[in-house]
Amino acid sequence: MDLAVRDVRKALAEQLPPLTPNAAAVEADRCLFCYDAPCAHACPTHINIPQFIKKIATHNLRGSAATIFASNLLGATCARVCPVEELCEGACVLGGDHKPISIGRLQRFAMDDARAHGNYPVVKAAPTGKSIAIVGAGPAGLSCAGTLALLGHAVTIIEKRTLPGGLSTHGIIALREPVEIALEEARMIEGMGVKIKTGVEIGKDIPPAKLQKEFDAVVLGVGLARTPGLGIAGEEVVIDGLEFIEASKVAEDKLSVGRNVIVIGAGNTAVDCATIAKRLGAERVTMVYRRTDREMSCYVHEYDFARKEGIEFRFLSQPARVVLEGGRPVGLECLRVELGAPDASGRPSPTPVKGSEFTLAADQIIKAVGQNKLTLATLLGLKTTKGFIDVDASFQTNVAGIYAVGDCIRSTGVASTVMAVQDGKLAAAAIHQQLVPRSAPVEVK
Amino acid sequence: MADLRTNFAGIKSPNPFWLASAPPTNSGAQIHKAFEAGWGGAVWKTIGAPVLNVSNRYGAWHYGRQRMLAINNVELISDRPIEVNLREIVEVKRAWPDRAVIVSAMVEAKPEAWKDIIHRIEDTGADGIELNYGCPHGMSERGMGAAVGQVPEYCEKITRWVMDVAKIPVIVKLTPNVTNIVLPARAAVAAGANGLSLINTINSIVGVDLDTLELTPSIGGKGGHGGYAGPAVKPIALNMLASLGTDEIVSKSGIPISGMGGIATWADAAQFLLLGASSLQVCTTVMHYGYRVIEDLCDGLSNWMDEKGFKTIAEVSGRSLHRVSEFKNFDLSFRAAARINAERCIKCDLCYIACNDTAHQCIDLVTPEGKVVEPSAWDPRSNGKRAAVETRLQPVVREEDCVGCRLCYNVCPVDQCIEMVELPPRRGAVTWNELSQKQTPVTEDWKAMEAYREKVGINIH
Repeated sequence: MDLAVRDVRKALAEQLPPLTPNAAAVEADRCLFCYDAPCAHACPTHINIPQFIKKIATHNLRGSAATIFASNLLGATCARVCPVEELCEGACVLGGDHKPISIGRLQRFAMDDARAHGNYPVVKAAPTGKSIAIVGAGPAGLSCAGTLALLGHAVTIIEKRTLPGGLSTHGIIALREPVEIALEEARMIEGMGVKIKTGVEIGKDIPPAKLQKEFDAVVLGVGLARTPGLGIAGEEVVIDGLEFIEASKVAEDKLSVGRNVIVIGAGNTAVDCATIAKRLGAERVTMVYRRTDREMSCYVHEYDFARKEGIEFRFLSQPARVVLEGGRPVGLECLRVELGAPDASGRPSPTPVKGSEFTLAADQIIKAVGQNKLTLATLLGLKTTKGFIDVDASFQTNVAGIYAVGDCIRSTGVASTVMAVQDGKLAAAAIHQQLVPRSAPVEVK
Repeated sequence: MADLRTNFAGIKSPNPFWLASAPPTNSGAQIHKAFEAGWGGAVWKTIGAPVLNVSNRYGAWHYGRQRMLAINNVELISDRPIEVNLREIVEVKRAWPDRAVIVSAMVEAKPEAWKDIIHRIEDTGADGIELNYGCPHGMSERGMGAAVGQVPEYCEKITRWVMDVAKIPVIVKLTPNVTNIVLPARAAVAAGANGLSLINTINSIVGVDLDTLELTPSIGGKGGHGGYAGPAVKPIALNMLASLGTDEIVSKSGIPISGMGGIATWADAAQFLLLGASSLQVCTTVMHYGYRVIEDLCDGLSNWMDEKGFKTIAEVSGRSLHRVSEFKNFDLSFRAAARINAERCIKCDLCYIACNDTAHQCIDLVTPEGKVVEPSAWDPRSNGKRAAVETRLQPVVREEDCVGCRLCYNVCPVDQCIEMVELPPRRGAVTWNELSQKQTPVTEDWKAMEAYREKVGINIH
């Protein structure tokens, strides 16, 4: 089914409307202005949430945005994509017997106002004479770049794609974050003096050694690569989930959605893929997962959202083969799975049951089962663990002067945009200490 | 069910709630509607001297999302023709014989003018007259309203003129814009008034517009003080009410007092009664929500009286007056300390910061393991709701250092979380009064004070 660009944008228009000034004021007034607030602790970037909300309540929106930017330069993205139920809002003291403050939506309100008025952070520091290259214009790279720029460093971001923003631009369903928000955030960072060179790939367009020679420090915020292979017959017709989301955001004319869609995987990206397919007209969308809803890696609120969207689930099903007819998929053959003792991930190990084959009809199959690691680390001779780059407490790799931040170092636990932003910020502070040794310590919370 | 019937200086009403003389009592049609809603009485918007009003006459003070915590106005007395008012008073009283219809009056300070207006009011069949000695704006510039209420001699003189001719009960309404409200009250008592009412509105400027830099509200670019009323003024009104109830001359006279100033709920009403009011007047909350608020005022008050075993308004009236005292009579050895109920506490830590920044630094933050730590002690790399909630610090009062100031109790947003616990006194009861009489140097000299503290074991850090 081919879709008009216009229809895609309409179907995937931002899910939550912005708060009206009145709604924002009512909500801001509900905030208790806790001291040493748990929301600020729970926020990976530790935004002084009570303070920015207080400033919304007093109509000091310029000050509110400044408070957010002081801890998180990507406040506009985070306001939209953060799993607030697991972070700030999940820790709100009013959550116990009442309703937590809508921190995410209030932050978006303040960030929208900053965007509307161009109230962005301004570099006041004197130039340090140091230059830093950042590879990757995703959230980690942008956060690191902006923080370094504010400290007076000359920063250049090298991005292999044609658009900056990383997953914010390409990998998060538009109804959570429209492309324009991510691009505007990158423009804001550029406005702080950061050069962003897009369409340039390290190892292809620039030899890695050149970077190390020309810059005082190099920061890798390269994220991860495409979805790994499933190792099943007929895989060549299976669509990469990240490419599917990307097409829905920046190449709508290339997007095609089936009538009967299967999404393999049960993470947040899988939910995004399923939602896009459903919203763009698929009659039936089924997420296929080898474990159960107790083990799936998407957030509980994403699972609830998917069910409300009318997405179906087939748990305890292991894809075995794509059924093809004339080179096109017509179904996905699966094996029934039994769960056994916990495996290395701590979740029960899935064991496919021999002879339990069954086939789910499908004319489009999408996989969203995690991401591969990039080869750049090997190219630079960096130590890795399971493909993730090893860093020390100051985000430095085993090679002096090369730092790494974001998803490419997140070997355990959940990776998220806001954690990448915090990495970038902490790494920037560490680099600053390293390059300007006598500088006053940068206070980072 | 409690009997809410009220007899105020001979003015009877089915409940103690009267609409105060103000915009809600501007016309017969309005008062009909109010009586239909259940109001016990109405004090007709002041009639008297001719006036003209201006636009933008109401300002208001909002706090957060709470609109109209107080209203401020420069509206004058009734701007409707006096004959129309008088005719409508007749109609209202005829239609509602069981309700109290009181007419507020204000004319220039001439005996004939007062005599004339009193006669005309009495001809309507109204139950009583309220003398408006309180209007703080406009009328006072013309020698009326607060210009009278602020000078006890004028107050007494004019009240005498009125009492000489009046056959129905006369209530003198007092202005709060004085340093001591007892003096005009005594003047009214001396002149033979049948009742007092208080408070009228308080002089106020509500604000300045931060765009135009004009006063709020702006009346053609100008603004000025207006009368302030509404929930925010209640504590001021209660204090003035109590000061009359505890004044020997006023209380011995037995003159009844109609209380007003920020009554918005039945609980406010009960407090006015307890501090000596025997009828109640209400305005701002009605201007905010309409006459329908009478339902909760009446049945809330009645339910509370039932719970407390009070059968009549008279039983409640003045019941707390004997508790009103002065600092010099407070027991200096009385001790209370704050105790935080950890079960109820939501750990907002507002008590902690209030105590530590501005009070007596006696609340600690304690880890779940029981260790006292500084705030914000968490690692900047920790994140997520679990880390935040599971390591959240519990505020705990160091009772031995707590002076019982009650600030934490006041800032706590959770009902019944912080309790002020009365502790056994550490020494015999003594008041400042007793101390200054029996141990005068202690109250006059720091060295003697320090010796006294040492002796009785008072250690203030």
